[in-house]
Amino acid sequence: MNSVLKLILDGEALDTAQIGKILGLGAEAVDRELAALRKQGVLLGMRPVLNPSYESEHRVRAVIEIKIRTEGVGGFDGIAERISSFEQVESCYLMSGGYDLLVVVTADNLYKVAGFVHERLARIDGVQGTSTHFFLRAYKKDGFIVNAEGSRRDQPSVSP
Amino acid sequence: MDSSGRFVARHVATLPKSGIRDFFAIVSKMKDAVSLGIGEPDFVTPYHIREAAISSLEKGRTSYTDNRGTQQFREEISRYVAKNYGPEYDPETEILGTIGVSEALDILLRATLNPGDKVLYHEPCYVSYAPSVTLCHAEAIPIRTIAADQFALDPAALRAAWQPGCKLLILNFPTNPTGGTADRAKLEAIAKFAIEKDLLVASDEIYSELTFEGDHVSIASLPGMRERTVFLHGFSKAFAMTGFRIGYACGPAAVIDGMLKVHQYGIMCAPIMSQEAAVEALRNGRDSMLHMRDKYRERRDFIVRRFNELGLKCHLPRGAFYAFPDITSTGMDSMTFAQKLLEQQKVAMVPGTAFGEAGAGFCRASFSTSYEKIHEAGERIARFLDTIPRR
Repeated sequence: MNSVLKLILDGEALDTAQIGKILGLGAEAVDRELAALRKQGVLLGMRPVLNPSYESEHRVRAVIEIKIRTEGVGGFDGIAERISSFEQVESCYLMSGGYDLLVVVTADNLYKVAGFVHERLARIDGVQGTSTHFFLRAYKKDGFIVNAEGSRRDQPSVSP
Repeated sequence: MDSSGRFVARHVATLPKSGIRDFFAIVSKMKDAVSLGIGEPDFVTPYHIREAAISSLEKGRTSYTDNRGTQQFREEISRYVAKNYGPEYDPETEILGTIGVSEALDILLRATLNPGDKVLYHEPCYVSYAPSVTLCHAEAIPIRTIAADQFALDPAALRAAWQPGCKLLILNFPTNPTGGTADRAKLEAIAKFAIEKDLLVASDEIYSELTFEGDHVSIASLPGMRERTVFLHGFSKAFAMTGFRIGYACGPAAVIDGMLKVHQYGIMCAPIMSQEAAVEALRNGRDSMLHMRDKYRERRDFIVRRFNELGLKCHLPRGAFYAFPDITSTGMDSMTFAQKLLEQQKVAMVPGTAFGEAGAGFCRASFSTSYEKIHEAGERIARFLDTIPRR
């Protein structure tokens, strides 16, 4: 794997200058690598992973299971791409099993999610049914434990 | 006033405290310190290994075990050692589960040394070797290793250090704190000398999986050495299991039997949940171990390059997770350097002299920590060095 990508995926908060120093590349070379990864479509973007309890003072998040009828509406891709284009939609996946699309949405409040389901999703031709589940509490997000107590808190800072 | 000191035995009263303790006392009170002083993995024990310990507790397996460890534990050790190091040991008579290599080495010394016996060991080395020998009323004889040899033990230096009365040789490759290793040719020369002088060899191979350059060779695998070597190993470093306190000794039956006597009176047995976690590590821990080893190697390359960029000459450690830069260009001794760096820039490195006189002029920097911390430490050390006239 690309060394820059590998380092980013480790999840440490490092800026490009730090990454450059660690890999012995220089910050410009790291920027070039990142640009190339974007261009290749490998790296879609970079975002901080926020503790959901900070977000949720203002935002709610829900996961919506969507059942789809594909006849006459251009297959899964057309519908999935249309749904993905809504800005409320964080992620959208085609699934195996009891429903077809799994969509994660965020909105300012519960009513806005409800409005999104009724007024947007339900009106799309091909959407047969939805089932909406609200996130209540996060324990782990994107590989990070949310309330890490500090598993190393009793570790001596100097040891033989 | 506490006058209970009069009750303390002379050889304990005169034993110096570990240089690391004083340092720890300062660092632990300091906020925002970046510590490169941590001598253990920064990884949490791989989950499947923790799960084995949890499962052991859930099943109510909370009893003593056979003094030597469970049969399953000893059989897995036997398989693992044969597969990865070569020698085959009988789980019934030649393997003993211990509380880490620390206990294994301690009971080996106690089981084999008579008062006045002499023990050879290479320096710089882990802090406990010489004191453990002293506690057996025996004499520890250091053999200096040097940066020019990448701190591998020079067989000629071993021969020069030998004196009548030497009974035991302690080896530790890869070495804490230098990352020194010994290749087959060097080990063969050492083995030949051990046979010539009828030495028992204690080989502490706790860092052996964390070998970055070349293949690790155990001296126990060389011809004529199995019968005079006690192979000491554990789980702390390769499997990030320091808190489990679990290790083992493999060796000739009579020596293991002697060690077993000391162990059964002093310890009884290693904790059963640690033994069961260790079994899981031996069976299925290889992938996690390799993942951690790769991470250490990447961080090693960064920290060593950084020290050299900063003008602190640093050899490339071939194993373990410590860099051991030469700080003599600052004109300071190890302790002064470490103290000033800590006071002025809040970076903790362990003075080389904590690992014996041969560590003078060096400091140990653990790279078992995040890139972020290593990077920050590098920046702070650069600022510190800017204030010092360099030689």
